[in-house]
Amino acid sequence: MPKGIVWKISLSAFLLSGSLLSAEAETIKIGYIDPLSGPFGTAGDGGLKHFLHAASEINSSGGMAGMPVEIVGFDNKINPKESLIQLQKAIDQGVRFIAQGNGSSVASALTDAIAKHNKRNPGDELIFLNYAAVDPALTNAKCNYWHFRFDSHVDMKMAGLTDWLRDQKDIKSVYILAQDYSFGRAFTAAAKSMITEKRPDIQIVGTALHPVAKIKDFTPYVQKMINAKADAVLTGNWSTDMSLLVKAANASGHNVPYLTFYGGGLGAPTAMGESALGLVKQITEFHENIETSEKQLARMNGFEDTYHLDMFYQRVYTAMHMLDKAVEAVGSLDIPKIAGELEGMTYESPYGEVTMRAEDHQLLQPLYISTFSDDVERDVENTGFGFKTDALISAAATALPTTCKMRRPS
Amino acid sequence: METVVFALLNGLIYGLLLFMLSSGLTLIFSMMGVLNMAHASFYMLGAYFAFTLGQSTGFWFALFLAPICVGAVGACVERWGLRRIHAGGHVGELLFTFGLAYVIEELVKIIWGKFAVAYEVPAELNFSLFELYGAQYPAYRMFMLLVSITMLAGLWYLLKRTRIGLIIQASLTHPHMVSHLGHNVPRIFMLVFAAGCALAGLSGVIGGNYLVTEPSMAFSIGPIVFVVVVVGGMGSLAGAFVASLLIGFLQTFAISIDANFAEIFSFAGLNPEGDLGRITISSLAPMLPFMLLVLMLMLRPRGLMGEREF
Amino acid sequence: MTDYSVDLVPDLAPSSQYKFATRVLPLLLMALLLLVIPLLEPSRTSLSLLNAVGINIVFALSYNMLLGQAGMLSFGHAVYFGFGGYAAMHAMNWIETASYDGGVWAAFPVFALPLVGFAGGAAAGAVIGWPSCRRAGVPFAMISLGLAELIAAAGLMFVGLFGGEEGITGDRMNGVEAFGLSLGPIGEVYWFIAFWAFAGTALMYAFTRTPLGKLAQAVRDNPERVQFVGYNPNKVRYLVFIAAGGFAGLAGGMSAVNYEIFTPESLSVIPSGLVLLMAYIGGARYFAGPILGAIMLTYMQSNFSDYSEAWLLYLGLLFIGMIMFAPRGLAGLLLSAVSGIQHSLTVKSLLRWGAYCTAGLLVVVGGVTLIELAVRRSNGFGEVFEPFGLHLSPEQVLPWMYGGVLLAAGVGLLTALHKVGEGESK
Repeated sequence: MPKGIVWKISLSAFLLSGSLLSAEAETIKIGYIDPLSGPFGTAGDGGLKHFLHAASEINSSGGMAGMPVEIVGFDNKINPKESLIQLQKAIDQGVRFIAQGNGSSVASALTDAIAKHNKRNPGDELIFLNYAAVDPALTNAKCNYWHFRFDSHVDMKMAGLTDWLRDQKDIKSVYILAQDYSFGRAFTAAAKSMITEKRPDIQIVGTALHPVAKIKDFTPYVQKMINAKADAVLTGNWSTDMSLLVKAANASGHNVPYLTFYGGGLGAPTAMGESALGLVKQITEFHENIETSEKQLARMNGFEDTYHLDMFYQRVYTAMHMLDKAVEAVGSLDIPKIAGELEGMTYESPYGEVTMRAEDHQLLQPLYISTFSDDVERDVENTGFGFKTDALISAAATALPTTCKMRRPS
Repeated sequence: METVVFALLNGLIYGLLLFMLSSGLTLIFSMMGVLNMAHASFYMLGAYFAFTLGQSTGFWFALFLAPICVGAVGACVERWGLRRIHAGGHVGELLFTFGLAYVIEELVKIIWGKFAVAYEVPAELNFSLFELYGAQYPAYRMFMLLVSITMLAGLWYLLKRTRIGLIIQASLTHPHMVSHLGHNVPRIFMLVFAAGCALAGLSGVIGGNYLVTEPSMAFSIGPIVFVVVVVGGMGSLAGAFVASLLIGFLQTFAISIDANFAEIFSFAGLNPEGDLGRITISSLAPMLPFMLLVLMLMLRPRGLMGEREF
Repeated sequence: MTDYSVDLVPDLAPSSQYKFATRVLPLLLMALLLLVIPLLEPSRTSLSLLNAVGINIVFALSYNMLLGQAGMLSFGHAVYFGFGGYAAMHAMNWIETASYDGGVWAAFPVFALPLVGFAGGAAAGAVIGWPSCRRAGVPFAMISLGLAELIAAAGLMFVGLFGGEEGITGDRMNGVEAFGLSLGPIGEVYWFIAFWAFAGTALMYAFTRTPLGKLAQAVRDNPERVQFVGYNPNKVRYLVFIAAGGFAGLAGGMSAVNYEIFTPESLSVIPSGLVLLMAYIGGARYFAGPILGAIMLTYMQSNFSDYSEAWLLYLGLLFIGMIMFAPRGLAGLLLSAVSGIQHSLTVKSLLRWGAYCTAGLLVVVGGVTLIELAVRRSNGFGEVFEPFGLHLSPEQVLPWMYGGVLLAAGVGLLTALHKVGEGESK
């Protein structure tokens, strides 16, 4: 049988560094459950490559407590039920850590299933490393001991964005546009409440929710924004909805800042092209033009040379290195203990110190607001354009109170 | 006032784009009874061909070359695919095109990659034509308007004033009679299928850079095209034209209405934060064509101007 | 006068032996198989796959009540699966609440939740079927597509009912235990799925034997004739539609218990398309066809992606291939192979079969080689296709030629065989 692409990369990454490690050491398997085919396949594929690269990095420096790391990809077609089947497959193959990020519906299905599994199968526990699902509930109402989130959730990013907005005195009115599903609604609610709190003088001149991936021409929305005289637009749109919105804005000459979460998402810069220059701002934990160390630059170059893809998820490296640190501290694959180590851990990332908050397992990390620009050192997707930092939001500023009541295994 | 003007302008452009897409399907559907589920895939192929050809020949040549290439692909699909299973009935043909849509999307991903490609509006047309109530109106939209009107006129001339048009028209309403008269109906089928695909390809060429050219573009626009054909009615290009504009206007007008159910049906005492009261007319806009489809099929299955029921 | 009629008319009814062999035996074999599987100690992966297969078997069979039996092509069958599943999911949560606070639901075993699903699916079928079953053929298909789009969109809008994008979750380990099954471990869920898959299959088979089932086939083949006889074809379609909705809901209920989560994407056009593929690839003309289709597609969906990222392309090509060359589906292929062995097992026919298989194999191997090379070239990070220890790089010309030559040889052989076959039949 022809072995799958995913397997092969992981295998070669593992073999490359295998010589450094003792032959009889147990392998640490991390099951990566994300879409690897179909319409969202690109998003999952990008994440997988980051994990593979981070794994080869760790393996070449001796693995986790002497144990080599292997990333095993599982294609969940971004479907919650299929994810649960793939989870069973992963457990059968000896996977003890699950990584996932695309789709809060999948994340919430997985965190629920993993908590149930751990309760029903003591001694055979799993840890869930969530690298991109941003529904606040996952570290609030739905939090559990086995779930760790390495991305800042919707409310935290919104807190950062509105902190920045507080100092933009020339913005007097905003328009909020988001997709009509749980994330878009959470985005809208957070935007409304935080703007009212931090800048009561800003007028919210309109909000609109539109169905996901159904609108072809956003011009009517843009014209509503123009009519409402919005000084800035806040949007939670991603993927095609993001690119189409920016294209329509540019065509109608709507030259106001578009504050986004996913303006730099994979594929969006190419689709938006020149039309997004100076317009689109994003809030992320990473973009390639943040000033950093030589070591981090070497990592970026290494990643790009291997996979011909821009580095996008710094948080994947953060997750893997924090896991490494926890496994080193425990010295074995005692999952509850490793989870205990991760809880409250601090780690020096290339962009500042990050903390895994113990009370809800939410990573606190500095965030950057950046603008799509043509005056950059490193471009994205070979467009000649890239992101340029406007402001830094400290990790402490994004720390929001949590409603999580963490139940720890005795 | 300005809302109405904008909605009319945008609705017109969107409606004409839809018409360009669906006119081919109406021809194919009326004549062969095949509801081509892969029709939007030919729209996508048009955009991708134009992107690739445009890199070497420039946009203006691609505008003519890409639809021809799409038409050729369509002819091959008809000749070696559909014609073989024609005897097996319409369900088989429908399912064939359903599978074809899958295959084309995956092939596009392999050939052009999984992300959107940088297919841009040509520089000659990338300026704003005039300004209306503070919003600029891009010249490219006017160009789209021109292309679709030219196409409409050309199609009308071809069907009403030429001999081949006469045969096609006859095949639309009386396919059996035409074959009894000794015309090579399979060849007409192939030509019409190819021409329909080429029209879809043309709309891809001018729509792909205006919107986004990516592998999922066919899947996202596909169902709307059926709505146009069904609402317009079997065998009626005029019906398809009216239906396209109707859907274009309906959608753009709905988007500009922000009122939610709680406000509209205030007498019913709906909770504005509840699931039902929260729904706004603008968020329903993309759903309206499907409501129109279902209602039309239930109440008037021949469509607006259909010559016959299907 | 002597009455001759008794002697003249032979007994046309099938013998009881024949009836047993075609109607009861297959079901007994299925039950036996379901009982034997756990003895093989399947792994967790196999069990979760088997559970998914069981759900899809019921779902695909219910779809075939429409497509195969009544000739109604629907693009929105997942709607009834979804309504049934949501009904069961809500009931599961009522059971959980009732197990603390008391109430009617406290006495309801989770094991019986698929019945709630059946009721939900049938109710949805009764409501939605009323307007849509007045049309047949393409208009029916279009109505089902439009309604599926509308309901899928509504699924995301009505958070209270459908739980938004994240859906509703529940815990199956509550309420009364049936047959001593706690339903906690996946091995126990297997028995639950096996029971309902068997019950669903048996009941749907029984449905084909009822007068309504027979009438549905008549409506499929010739609705006008049915009208002449005095039945209303629309009414027949409507009743079949409700039954099909009910069994789809049953599958939804099984799915709710198996996964303990139900999300609005289960209502959308994607699972509706998938169930259509299952029924058609398996063979819509045969009762057992959708079972084969469900097994094959569920396996492909969960495991093919481990081997190739182009699995969707293979699925599409397989589907097109089936429509063009084997419209009777997998079941049809199997049956013609069996009857070929039974009736004309000559050296010549064996040679022909061999030649056909070789040609098919050549096409498959050539096609797969080309596709896999293309996928790797398209990914562009220098990955190499290595089947059976071979080393095929997409950067070299030779591997592409291998693939091309194999494919061309296969197609050539097939065309030649086809011509020979045509010559013989003339």
